[in-house]
Amino acid sequence: MRSLNTSAGGQESRSRRHPIVVEPNALLQEIAKKQVKVVDVRKAEEYSQDHITGAVSIPLANILNADSLEKVAEVYGNTGIDDNIHVVVYDDTFGALAARVAWTLEYIGHPNVSLLSITYSTWKSMGLEIESRAAVYPKVKHSLKVNNEILATADYVNSCIEQDGKVVLDSRERLNYLDHHIPKAINMPWKTFSGENSILRSAEELRRIVQNRGINDGQEVITYCGSVGTLSGLAYYALHLAGYRNVKLYAKSLKEWKSMGLPTEVVKDANFWDLSAG
Amino acid sequence: MSKKELGKRMQIKRKSEKWGKPEEVDTFAEIVKLFRQKKIGEEEFRRFRLQNGAYGSRMRADYSMVRVKVPAGILTPEQLEKLAFVSDGFSIGSAHVSTRENIQLHWVQLEDVSEVMRGLVEVGLTTREACGNTIRNVVCSPFAGVCPEEAFDATPYAKAVAKFFLRNPMNQNLPRKFKFNFACCEKHSLVRIADIGLVPAVKEINGQQIKGFKIYLGGGLGPASFIAELLEDFTPMENVLPSCMATVRLYDRIGNRENMARNRMRYLVHEMGWQKFQKLVLKERTIVNATKSTSVKLEVVDEETPSEAASIVSYESNANPQGFQRWLHTNTVPQKQRGYVMAFITLQSGDITSRQLTALAEICREFSGEGCVRTSPGQSIALRYVLKSDLPDLYQKLVSIGLANPGGLTIASAVGCTGTTSCNLAITNSHRLAKEIQAKFLELGLDMDDGIRDATIKISGCPNSCGQHEIATMGFFGGASRVNNTLAPTYNMLIGGRVGEDDAALGKVFTRVPAKKVIDVVLKMIELYKQEKNEGENMDDWLSRVMNGKGTGVAKNLDSLKIIIDKAAQLPTPEQSPDSYMDYGNEGKFVARTARGECAA
Repeated sequence: MRSLNTSAGGQESRSRRHPIVVEPNALLQEIAKKQVKVVDVRKAEEYSQDHITGAVSIPLANILNADSLEKVAEVYGNTGIDDNIHVVVYDDTFGALAARVAWTLEYIGHPNVSLLSITYSTWKSMGLEIESRAAVYPKVKHSLKVNNEILATADYVNSCIEQDGKVVLDSRERLNYLDHHIPKAINMPWKTFSGENSILRSAEELRRIVQNRGINDGQEVITYCGSVGTLSGLAYYALHLAGYRNVKLYAKSLKEWKSMGLPTEVVKDANFWDLSAG
Repeated sequence: MSKKELGKRMQIKRKSEKWGKPEEVDTFAEIVKLFRQKKIGEEEFRRFRLQNGAYGSRMRADYSMVRVKVPAGILTPEQLEKLAFVSDGFSIGSAHVSTRENIQLHWVQLEDVSEVMRGLVEVGLTTREACGNTIRNVVCSPFAGVCPEEAFDATPYAKAVAKFFLRNPMNQNLPRKFKFNFACCEKHSLVRIADIGLVPAVKEINGQQIKGFKIYLGGGLGPASFIAELLEDFTPMENVLPSCMATVRLYDRIGNRENMARNRMRYLVHEMGWQKFQKLVLKERTIVNATKSTSVKLEVVDEETPSEAASIVSYESNANPQGFQRWLHTNTVPQKQRGYVMAFITLQSGDITSRQLTALAEICREFSGEGCVRTSPGQSIALRYVLKSDLPDLYQKLVSIGLANPGGLTIASAVGCTGTTSCNLAITNSHRLAKEIQAKFLELGLDMDDGIRDATIKISGCPNSCGQHEIATMGFFGGASRVNNTLAPTYNMLIGGRVGEDDAALGKVFTRVPAKKVIDVVLKMIELYKQEKNEGENMDDWLSRVMNGKGTGVAKNLDSLKIIIDKAAQLPTPEQSPDSYMDYGNEGKFVARTARGECAA
C-alpha cells in the first residue's frame, strides 16, 4: 500500500502534516499534549449536554450561515483556532457534517485538518473522555487564504461535463441518482465509503473501490450531493484517503444546480422505486 | 410470575457456513477490468458473470442484480448485517428475498460487484452458481427440522447436496439451469416443481427403520410446466447422492443444448417419456455406484438445535399488545419441539430494507434458539425456536421496525417476482401488483379468514414462472393486450394450482385480466367462494369442485365462473379512465418491452 502522505500522482496542492482520519487513541494523546483543537459540529444543545473533553462547538449551521468568508474565518478564530494548530472534527452523523466543516477550514487556508475516525456516539459507547462544561479558549485571528483549488462552482462543474478525464461524482444514494443527476455524473453513494464501525473504510479499501470504478490517479474528481455538500464532503475526504489529490467539492451541490435551471439526466428504463421497500 | 421464570432461552451459537472463496472475488474484479478494456468478449463475459451470480439489470447491463445463494435458506445474524452493509454501500439500501430462498441485491454497478462479493465472503456467503447453466441454490422447506409431519430433518442433507455440487466440475456447464428442492413433509412441499425434489422418508426394511428420501425428477415451472415423477418408492440414504449424480450426468450428456427455449431437464423427460428416462437414470446410477470412489459422499452434519423448552412456556395472558392476536394467528405456528414456535416475518414481495436487516440480526440473536433465520419460498423470513413465552416481546420488537405485518402465512402474502422493476423478460410490474394485493387484503382483514388462509396468489411478470404462478390457487402471469383498442398491461389468470407431494397440480389457464382489475377479480373470486362453499370447505376445494363442474350456485362450472369473472375484469374506456391502461408503479403510457433474458447463460 502506498504511503498516504505522498502524492498519488495528482497535483498535490499542499502537503498534509496530519492524517485525514485520526483514531481515538491518537486523538487522546494529542489532547493530553494540548497539540490539538477538537471541533464538535453537532447542534449547540447537543454539545452543551456532553462532548469530547476540551472540544469546542462549531455547529455546521454557524458555518453555512456566515455571510462571508471573513465571517467564517472569524467563527473559527473565536474558538481559538489559529492558522497552525491541528484540528480534529467530529459529528454524530456518519462523519458527513464533520467533513463539511473540515473542508471549509481547508478552504479558508488551514492546512492541518483531520476527521475523527468514529462518531460521537461510538466515542461515548467506548467510555472515552467526555465532559459537559463548555470549553473556552482565547479568541485568535484565523487568516483567510482562500484555497480555490478545492472548490467547484456550478459554472465550473458545467464546464467539466464535456471534458474527458474529469469525473463528476454524485454521492447521494443510488435511488436518488437513478432518478436524476448532473449529466454524465457517476454515482458512488456516500455509504460506499463508510466503514462498518468507522466513518470511512481503510485507505486500502477505498483505493481499491475507487480504482475499480476506473478513476485513475491524477484524474480530477468533483464531488456533489443533494443540498449543502455534507455527504459529498465525506466523499471528498474518502477520495483523499484513497490517495487522490485532485479533488474538488461542489459545495452548493444539486440544490443550487437545480435552482439555476441547469439540466439533469435520468437513468432510463428503471422502475426501481418499487424495490425500495418503503 | 415473571417471564424469566416461565421459559429459559437456550441459544445455539451458530457459525456461518463457509460457502464463499476470497480468490473468486479478486478474479471477478480482474475479469470486469479486462472486459471494460475489451480484452474479453461480451458473450464470454456474460457467461462468466452469470456463473458468479451477477445478472444484468433490465435494459441496463451496466448495473447488476447480485444474487446471493442461501443454501437451505439459512442466514446467521452476522450475514444479515453484512447484507445490510453491502446493500447500503453498493445497492439501493434494500434486499429482495426470492422464491428460491436467494437474497438479491439490485442496481449494483458492475464494477462494484466484486466489492459486494468481498463483503459476502467475509461472512461465508457466495454468489457462485447462483445464476448460469449450473446447479442453483438448493432450496429446503423453512419448516424442515421443526415440522410435526416430517420423517426427519432434511436440512443437513440439503446443505450437503449444496456443498457437493458447488464448484463441482461435473455441473459447471449443464444444458441449462438445474434446481434442487428439499421438502420436510408432503404438505410443505415444492418437490414436484424442481428438477430434483426430495422428501425425507423412513422405511422399515428387515425390521429396521431405514432413512432415505423419496426422489422426484423432471418437474419445473415455465412457459411449459411439468410435475415431477417419483424415481422409485424409496431411495435409501446411500443411494441418494448416486441418484442425484446420475440424473445430473445424464442431463449433462443427453440434454438439449440447441434450443434454449426447451432445454430444461423437464423437456428431456417429457420428450423421451418418463419410463425411458427413469430407466436411463437407474442405469446411470448403477454406473455411478460401480465407478465412484468411496470418498465421494455427502458430508452430512446434523443441525445443532436447542434442547427442549421448560415445561411452562405460555406468555402472561395480559401481555397482549395491539395487533398481537392477529399476528399470532396469521404468522406463527407451533413447532414439533414443545414450547417452541416458528414466527414468519411478512415482507412485501420479498423486500426488506437494510435497516430492517440489521434490526432483524439483533432480533435473531435475542429470540431464535437456533441462531439463524430462514428465507422461505413465500418470500418471507422465518424465525424459529422462539419460546412461546417470548412472543409478545418479539412482536413488539418487530412492530418497532415495521416487520410485524400480519398475514404472513395466509393468502394475503401474495408472491411477486421482480417483474419490470429489474428483469429483462418482464412485461408487467408483478412485484408492485403483489404489494398492492397484500395491502388491500390486510386492509380488508382477509388474512383473518380461515377458509381462504391456505389459498395462494402468485404473480409472475411474464410466462417464465419465477413468481410460481402455476402452483397458486389464483396465479397470474404478465402480458400485454389491446383492450378497447388500446394496449394495456394484462395478466393471464390460472386457477386451481396446488403444491404438495401427492396432490401437486398445475393451475389451468382461465382467463385474461387487465392489471388494474386483478384485485377486483381476486376479491370477486373470494366473494363467490364465500357465497357458494359447502360447510367447512376451503377455497382450494371449492374451486376444484367448480372446475369439475360440480358447483352448486351461480358458478356451476368453469364456463359460468368465467362469465362472472370476465364481467368483473371489464375496463372502462381509455377516455373514461386513462389510469386503467397504465401498469402499477408506472405513470406513463404502457409499452411492452423486453430484452434478452439472463436466465440462461
